[in-house]
Amino acid sequence: MTGPVALAATDLLAVEFSAADSLAPLLVTDALTGVFDWFLTAVVGGAFSWLAGVTGLDFLGYPYMQRAYLSVLCIGVVGPLVGSFLVYRDLSMVGDTLAHTAFAGVALALFLDATLGLAVPPLLGALVVAVVAALVVQALVEYTDARSDAALAMVLTGGFALGSVLISLTGGGISVGINQYLFGSLATVSRADVGLLVSMGLVVVGSVAVAYRPLVYVTFDETAARASRLHVRAVNTLLSVLTAFVVVSAMRIMGVILVAALLVVPVVTASRLGRSFKQSLLYGVLAGELAGVAGVTVAYLYGLAAGGSIVLVALAGFVAVAAGRRLA
Amino acid sequence: MTAVSLSDVAFSYGDVPVVDGISLDVPEGEFLGLVGPNGSGKSTLLTLMLGLQRPTRGEVRLFDRPAHDFADGERVAYVAQDVTRTARDMPVTVREVVRMGRYPRNLFGRFSAADREAVAAALDRVDIADLADRRVGALSGGQRQRVFVARALAAEADLLALDEPTVALDAESREAFYDLLGELNDGGMTVVLVEHDIGVVTARASRIACLNKRLYFHGSPDDFADSDALAAAYGANQRVLDHDHGHGRHHGRREESRGHARTDPEDES
Repeated sequence: MTGPVALAATDLLAVEFSAADSLAPLLVTDALTGVFDWFLTAVVGGAFSWLAGVTGLDFLGYPYMQRAYLSVLCIGVVGPLVGSFLVYRDLSMVGDTLAHTAFAGVALALFLDATLGLAVPPLLGALVVAVVAALVVQALVEYTDARSDAALAMVLTGGFALGSVLISLTGGGISVGINQYLFGSLATVSRADVGLLVSMGLVVVGSVAVAYRPLVYVTFDETAARASRLHVRAVNTLLSVLTAFVVVSAMRIMGVILVAALLVVPVVTASRLGRSFKQSLLYGVLAGELAGVAGVTVAYLYGLAAGGSIVLVALAGFVAVAAGRRLA
Repeated sequence: MTAVSLSDVAFSYGDVPVVDGISLDVPEGEFLGLVGPNGSGKSTLLTLMLGLQRPTRGEVRLFDRPAHDFADGERVAYVAQDVTRTARDMPVTVREVVRMGRYPRNLFGRFSAADREAVAAALDRVDIADLADRRVGALSGGQRQRVFVARALAAEADLLALDEPTVALDAESREAFYDLLGELNDGGMTVVLVEHDIGVVTARASRIACLNKRLYFHGSPDDFADSDALAAAYGANQRVLDHDHGHGRHHGRREESRGHARTDPEDES
């Protein structure tokens, strides 16, 4: 074993747990946690450290960079996968809305911790509030006269308003903890965060694989799907919940403000390339992966914000594809 | 057997009535044309027939079951006005859309040989097999509407409901499309067509229902042409003139003594 490999394995085991680590028992059993530890240490750590040795890029051997890369690899899959069922229904802002309500969830969890001493993991707070917000948006559209864009705007601003009020109630004391969720960070992605991402990634990919046909039918022609007696409301609820999962699991590295970009930008890029919907899904995932990996690399090399770097690379990819198509 | 049965059906948005007191039956194998002025409730009535909305009064039955409880999705197919922006922008192929017709029968399982044969036969039947791998958004309006009819054929649907399907088509494509509908109806498929062009409906349909919130006429195209229902429903002095569509079933078009020569294709109801 080379030096970097040994260093990575040791460091991975020594990674300190953040408050979000307490989420792990909620998501996986002890046995699965052990398997994940082995996967993170032996498979991911080994592979990246081998790459570090081969390429001479030392940062590939750093455990926090390995976690960052694994995170964006997961986000690059689940973001476009779910986003493909949002973008074509003019629901691109759903991800942004749920991210801002997830911010309220983080603020609520930190507020409860600061004022009542209740140790609620911030990402759990984010997940609960984002799922509730997703259902509220759906109810607003179904049961009121609200247009979907107006409903999204109301929930988005309402979520962010709640978060800002909760922060002010603590005299700004929790704002330091909030910042890493607002803007994202490479360095603060913990092992538990990666565990959450991988777990939710498996749930999202499995759900989309099982419900692919109803999802694509409802996305393409909701009225015809209803006439054919597909359970459109259930499909919409599933899509909302999956979007909440993606947003919450990715917000630690992307940041609340930018997390929605990977639900939208790779999908729009892929829509110009794919000849079929399945092919577009594949291209969307590839675009997401490229943006994630390149963005994290650029962020590390130049000391930039990870979320912003990833989004800018994704947008550059869109511009390149659009220009290429125009010239072709 | 009756495909659709409406009994004293009313529907309103809040206090605003959209349709009121509609009673009519659509026997299996019938080609019913639904006509009426803009905002007369034609599209709403179609959604009520399909059980997509529940009436505020009265009863809607679909194949002898309450429409809102009707579960045999494969028996019913719906074709909207020209495709939405979604259908134009979404990178989906003709084959992928036609396969959707099989989803009510096979939503989660592996596609069987019967499923694949039904899709291939539907593509052949509407003469778009050579377009199967093209993106729907890249097709002409007439080709796109054929794709949606192919989806209904793949479903092996018994009832085809269409809401002004030819709004965006040129005259030639429109004629070809209605020829296709006529052939499907001759083959036994029940067709309910919402259409703003009364000439087309009276020429193609076996029965006409003319409404403007309430039902002004329900009967044969010949009786419709001879009746004063058109003027009563549209609120203008109008009559149906004979003219040749070149397909022989019936001829006619609406002429107004005042107002627009043709109803607005957008039915907001």
